[in-house]
Amino acid sequence: MEIKILGPGCPRCKEVEKRTMNALAELNVAAAVDKVTDISKIMEYKIMGTPGLVINGKVKSAGRIPSPAEIKRYIQEES
Amino acid sequence: MSKDVKILLAFVGVFLAAYFIPFGRPNVQGAFAEAFALLQEYARQHVLLCLIPAFFIAGAITVFIRQEAVVKYLGPKSNKVLAYGIASVSGTILAVCSCTVLPLFAGIYTRGAGIGPASAFLYSGPAINVLAISLTAKVLGLKLGLARALGAVFFSVVIGLLMHVFFGRKTLRERDNGDFGGGEAAALSRPLWKTGLYFAVMIGILVFMNWGKGDSSLGFWNDVYKAKWVISAGLWAVLILMLLRWFKREEIKEWLLSTWIFTKQIFPLLLAGVFVAGLLLGRPGHEALIPSRWIANLVGGNSFWANLFASVSGALMYFATLTEVPILQGLLGSGMGQGPALALLLAGPALSLPSMIVIRRMMGTRKALTYIALVVVMSTVTGILFGWLFG
Repeated sequence: MEIKILGPGCPRCKEVEKRTMNALAELNVAAAVDKVTDISKIMEYKIMGTPGLVINGKVKSAGRIPSPAEIKRYIQEES
Repeated sequence: MSKDVKILLAFVGVFLAAYFIPFGRPNVQGAFAEAFALLQEYARQHVLLCLIPAFFIAGAITVFIRQEAVVKYLGPKSNKVLAYGIASVSGTILAVCSCTVLPLFAGIYTRGAGIGPASAFLYSGPAINVLAISLTAKVLGLKLGLARALGAVFFSVVIGLLMHVFFGRKTLRERDNGDFGGGEAAALSRPLWKTGLYFAVMIGILVFMNWGKGDSSLGFWNDVYKAKWVISAGLWAVLILMLLRWFKREEIKEWLLSTWIFTKQIFPLLLAGVFVAGLLLGRPGHEALIPSRWIANLVGGNSFWANLFASVSGALMYFATLTEVPILQGLLGSGMGQGPALALLLAGPALSLPSMIVIRRMMGTRKALTYIALVVVMSTVTGILFGWLFG
């Protein structure tokens, strides 16, 4: 599984990263987690607003911090 | 650079400062006394009543307001007139922290309503977020606070339209016409009027707790001033009732967390900014390291040059969120005119050297230079007008 966290490195993006890591650990799923901080690369995902969460190339959430339960559901949808 | 090298460099910096700063000299001692005095002024007058409530409101905005609802008016198929209006005021909701402004600008520009609304958003966003308006109005006065918000909104539309006139036709073909992929929308469990009322009550608390004493001892303004604690207490009670009845525990937890994230991010930098402003400029009426007559010579009065200088230096300088306020307070106290102050407030947070680099990469050199020139010119003109009307 490939997970990308889109955001220029603000604390809100770090929160999404932390929650994603926790969700992966709880679900015991292995994934490559990448942080995308370059704005023109972020824009390739057609999102408005950061932080964005992308799993296997699909934008799961943008412009908000998803709740831990939501992140778990996104991961399960893709695995 | 490894972490240890950074720590070593920090040690060297502190050592050199401790070795060379002439702490024994009276003007240096006076400057440090001013820095702590200004810090105390913020702690006593602004933190509890203004900053902390504003942080809670900012936190609530990111959790309870759906960004998509606003952003859809800035998409590629949006009504163009509406897009300018929304872009110029949506900073209050979308630009709570400075790090969200640039990605949103890039999104509106490349995928959304185009260069006009994107430029409008970029200009007004940093000036009209809740934190900036509340602290500007509280510390620098209601007049400058309102002028900052209204000036930013009005001139953002002008700048946006001009950017569209200059470059609009060409960029329209360049960008692709796909819609935004927003992912899943945030689940909301409340009707709009409840959310609206919740925000109205919080803003009411912020406004009434900070209600200032009027000039005369009579009239509406003063009646409200006398009753401000009663009104605030009433609003607090309503807020607590709403939270108990309308909100789930989970949601309140998310709200507190997002408030904490903002506080953690912005508060230390603001305090550092207050300290540095106190060290260099002192409190109003007190002199610190930089002599007041230098400030008065450069940006005193309301001349064209004073306004231009203020807006150019504001455009180049990087202000961490909110730090423009203590710096402006110091400058005003050292003799800066009202007009140049507004010019700096408008150009300052909207542009900085780092953001110029990102803007240039997004739109190319010619458009970026045009935008920067427009911001400087507009801020200068607004400053002169404001100084002329109220200075």
